[in-house]
Amino acid sequence: MRVAPAPEPDPAVDTAVRLGGLRFRWGPGSPPVLALDALSIAKGERVFVEGPSGSGKSTLLALLSGVAVPEAGAVEVLGERLDRLSSAQRDHFRAHHVGYVFQQFNLIPYLSMVENVTLPCRFSQRRRAAALRRSGTLEQEALRLLAHLDMGEPGLGSRPVTALSVGQQQRVAVARALMGSPGLVIADEPTSALDADRRVSFLRLLFDECRDSGATLVFVSHDAALEELFDRTIRLGEVNRVAGRGGAAD
Amino acid sequence: MAILGLAWKSLRNRRFTAALTVASIALSVALLVGVERIRHQAKASFTNTISGTDLIVGARSGPIQLLLYSVFRVGNPANNVSWQSWQAIAAHPKVAWTIPLSLGDSHRGYRVLGTTLDYFAHYRFARDRGLELAEGEPFADLYDAVLGAGVAEALGYQIGQSIVIAHGAGDVSFARHDDKPFRVAGILARTGTPVDRTVHVSLEAIEAIHSDWQGGSPMPGQSVTAEQARALDLTPKAITAGLVGLKSRVATFQVQRFVNDYRQEPLLAILPAVALGELWGLIGVAEGALLVVSVCVVVVGLFGMLTALLTSLNERRREMAILRSVGARPLHVFALIMGEAFVLSLTGVVLGLALLYGLLAAVQPLLESRFGLFMLLGLPSASELLLLAAVVLAGAVVGSIPAYRAYRLSLADGLSIRV
Repeated sequence: MRVAPAPEPDPAVDTAVRLGGLRFRWGPGSPPVLALDALSIAKGERVFVEGPSGSGKSTLLALLSGVAVPEAGAVEVLGERLDRLSSAQRDHFRAHHVGYVFQQFNLIPYLSMVENVTLPCRFSQRRRAAALRRSGTLEQEALRLLAHLDMGEPGLGSRPVTALSVGQQQRVAVARALMGSPGLVIADEPTSALDADRRVSFLRLLFDECRDSGATLVFVSHDAALEELFDRTIRLGEVNRVAGRGGAAD
Repeated sequence: MAILGLAWKSLRNRRFTAALTVASIALSVALLVGVERIRHQAKASFTNTISGTDLIVGARSGPIQLLLYSVFRVGNPANNVSWQSWQAIAAHPKVAWTIPLSLGDSHRGYRVLGTTLDYFAHYRFARDRGLELAEGEPFADLYDAVLGAGVAEALGYQIGQSIVIAHGAGDVSFARHDDKPFRVAGILARTGTPVDRTVHVSLEAIEAIHSDWQGGSPMPGQSVTAEQARALDLTPKAITAGLVGLKSRVATFQVQRFVNDYRQEPLLAILPAVALGELWGLIGVAEGALLVVSVCVVVVGLFGMLTALLTSLNERRREMAILRSVGARPLHVFALIMGEAFVLSLTGVVLGLALLYGLLAAVQPLLESRFGLFMLLGLPSASELLLLAAVVLAGAVVGSIPAYRAYRLSLADGLSIRV
């Protein structure tokens, strides 16, 4: 299971994400879904990525998390050129440096709440070490994060995670994404399953925790109401030169 | 190791289907190892039917035929061995002891064997076990009989009881020696060999009950009473076959040649072990088939696991995507499913073995008394361990099919959740 570790990101670089001359299609022969001339996100920045269906949001996230590589162009995350890494190295990079929150059903049903939060530490020594530095044990660190996200109520942890409410599940997912302080947190419409009044409070918690750990936040949503809470908005429909021509996935 | 831990927790979450899968593997493994063990025991007890005898002598026919009628009491000889020839063999300087065997009569379907007291002294089975009397004594009087354990038990006979011998080997016989009844003098301890199903009398007794017979029926108007027969010369004219023990094994082939080349009469001497091996070769086809069937049952059990794992994959694509998002590589996903297959088949094998031992402990007394099979509850033999390892290995091979499919799926899905 060991592969050559991905090189460590250069802490001196102050850009978290830099894309240039990017072109992507899902396979040879299929239509291009993303073409970006240049896009960069600063470290610690909280960015709102907005766009209609087919504007390439999923593709962008796949590129940033290292699941996909572009046909042409550069994908630089935390100073690392992901387009130059092997798929195993990209998987390692993601394990070490990326926290990911899905739209919903983020949790592995057969693991407890704390086990779900500490899951990234099973795949990344680096995040394990960071968590241990912070709290002494993985469980302590998970409980600390959960408490910050208003999930510290005793009794919650003993319930199966499938019995938690959607909002609670999303907060556990945020705790997992932040476990071991990854440099980049990607959230793929994490509030779409929440009630309108819960979204803002959820976002505040997410922001606080990202600031605390110094993580850059890339937040994808089509809910324009949330946009004003972020440092900046990237309108993918405007910057993606192939947008609107029918991307493969939204 | 992290992945095995996940595999274990995932199975525990689906414990009902996992338990069913494990149960089907366990049952098939219990059957497989049980058949393997019975095979070995059956072969062992078969080859243990006779031991210590260096040569079996009979009229010239086939070795298996001679073995069948002399040891297994199955079938009939084509010819007899004359008493003179038998005496000549017994007098050979390399011969230590002889046991004459005279067959042809029966008692309620059980073969009657005429022999001498040497039978009780020299007959050996199961490596080096001799015959022991559970009750009574060997025959002392002319009309004494010693019963095998199976005969006594099946017919409920006790010492002192009077029995009548029928002429011929059939279950139902019309010609009976009812003018010369026998007294049960002894009952042998159980051996797990054809001895259990035999009624033993002396050679002289066989001679006595046929003293007024000729060509398979009583001679009319010439009846000899039981008491009158005692006064006759009861030296047998012929015997059916005989067992020979030698002073030294080295002489086996020399004495065998002596018998086979015997001028006055066409005779045959066989080595029991060789003939037993030949006979087992014939029967062995059936036990081989039994093993093949139980291997097929294991394959069916593993297919159950394949089905369970494959059908679970689709509903687990979200789980795969989540694992990928926290840094699991497609290889980890492969290892997760493989780990589950490994845990399932290993648990199945261990439980199956436990099940078998439990069953054996329960039925052992019955097997021993009914079939003379001594099923030892010892550790698994090397061949059984090999079978068990093969099952775990086959489980891994079967598991690699859904594991590879999960690998492909998670490679294609990436972090996108398609359910």
